[in-house]
Amino acid sequence: MRPSTSSRATRLLGAALTVGLVVLGLFAFVFTEADLVQLDAVRLLYVHVPVAILSYVGFSVCAFGSAMVLWKRSTWWDITAAAGAELGVLFAGLTLVTGAIWGRPIWNTWWEWGDVRLMTTLMMFLVYVGYLAYRRVVPAADVRARRSAIIGLVGVLNIPIVNRSVEWWESRTLHQKSTLGELKIEDLTLFTLMLGMVVFALVFAWLMIHRFRVGWLEHQAETVGLVAAMAERRAQRDAEIDEALAHPGVSSGSDR
Amino acid sequence: MRVLWAIAEKDLRIEVRSKVVASQVLPFAMIVLVLFGLALDADRATLRSFTPGLYWVAVLFAAILAIQRSVSVETASSAFEALRLSGAAGWQVFGGKALAVAAQLLAVEAVMALGVVVLYRSSFDDPVLVVTAAVGATVAISAAGSLYGVLAVGMGVRDTILPMLLLPILAPVLVAATRAFDDGLGTAAVNGWSWCGLLAFFAGVYLVVGGAAYSVVLEDA
Amino acid sequence: MTHVGYLVAGWGIVLGTFGLYAWSLIRRGRALAARVPADRRRWMTTDATEA
Repeated sequence: MRPSTSSRATRLLGAALTVGLVVLGLFAFVFTEADLVQLDAVRLLYVHVPVAILSYVGFSVCAFGSAMVLWKRSTWWDITAAAGAELGVLFAGLTLVTGAIWGRPIWNTWWEWGDVRLMTTLMMFLVYVGYLAYRRVVPAADVRARRSAIIGLVGVLNIPIVNRSVEWWESRTLHQKSTLGELKIEDLTLFTLMLGMVVFALVFAWLMIHRFRVGWLEHQAETVGLVAAMAERRAQRDAEIDEALAHPGVSSGSDR
Repeated sequence: MRVLWAIAEKDLRIEVRSKVVASQVLPFAMIVLVLFGLALDADRATLRSFTPGLYWVAVLFAAILAIQRSVSVETASSAFEALRLSGAAGWQVFGGKALAVAAQLLAVEAVMALGVVVLYRSSFDDPVLVVTAAVGATVAISAAGSLYGVLAVGMGVRDTILPMLLLPILAPVLVAATRAFDDGLGTAAVNGWSWCGLLAFFAGVYLVVGGAAYSVVLEDA
Repeated sequence: MTHVGYLVAGWGIVLGTFGLYAWSLIRRGRALAARVPADRRRWMTTDATEA
């Protein structure tokens, strides 16, 4: 088998989440009833809510990893932070898209300014898109790790500030007050929501493991590449010295 | 604290000599105000009610330029290395740079305030609230901007990466400053002083975070 | 079933995006793994001095 980022654990995880997605699909579309108010649009919540929660998990992983980078100066944590941010951005982007798709039939709008959760998710998405863009422009690995760690940490500090400012900005919100908190939803719907959380958490874990391993391989490839380049340069230099010794008085063309 | 003042004074002296903020950033901010007027079809009532938002968007754009200028002053002559070797603490360098940017921005904002009175027929119903909000927002913008500005040092794409990093972070400042100005200019019935409180909180957070993180970032500048 | 279009779009975009992203990760992983010697392909390390 070709070397890859897969392992027995990820293959088992992959099998579990595949089965989970099928089961979730059955519950979401067959076993559960449509909502009285939202009708069948409620079935979008089985994907929208888990994906929203997991985006914040991704950002939290990035923030925690960033803190560890600044404390331990560790490449492992730097790669973890970057993977967390990438998944956070992916999941946040999907949250915004599924939220808009759900909002259109329910709120009669694709977008609602002043909704706290929507604005906070959008801000976090933009902050961490910036984080990822920044990581692409810093060439030196140790500088990149430290600086992006600061951006990753400061980004998370912004969450309560954005939350509070948008809350005050628009005291009403179209968003439902905590889908889970009030437990007004029917048992099977709640179960399907929980199942969705578990299944998408497995998806998150699978993606996170693979993304971390890709980051680790990138780091190793950089180092291997650097070592090879240095060895090649040394060999070239040795050849030039041998040439100069064999033919003294003839210019080698390189002036050191 | 002496070092902090010395760094701020140095930056302000450089501005007095070069007049980059006065001759480039300020006219740019005024151009943005004019463009808003043109884009919104110059309906005076509309402009008047949108003044707070338009004003603070223009300030944010001007702030990006001012912060880039503040950073380029050091990179042009490898002065960051000199600052590092000088033994000055990270928070002192940060404080001095942020103070200088804040002072320059406040001067730009004062002229822009005249601009909105003339161009948008706005009036300042509560000048104390307006000035307090402006100071709070400016300190927050300068603190966050000074930290992010030095993070962008040494990157070939500094001019494009800085706005991308900084503007989402400053979005709450925009919201809070706009709402405080809404009260101060009488364009909306809101409690401007609560928003000033949020601005002060934001400024405090970024002054502390910037001061703590600056020495780490200065190592690599 | 009501709102079929929205359901197809929502679920389709999510599952499609995850599928594409997973595929790109596997592909990148295979390309990188071929360039890195086997002894450097240790997945779990807590060596803080790796920095």
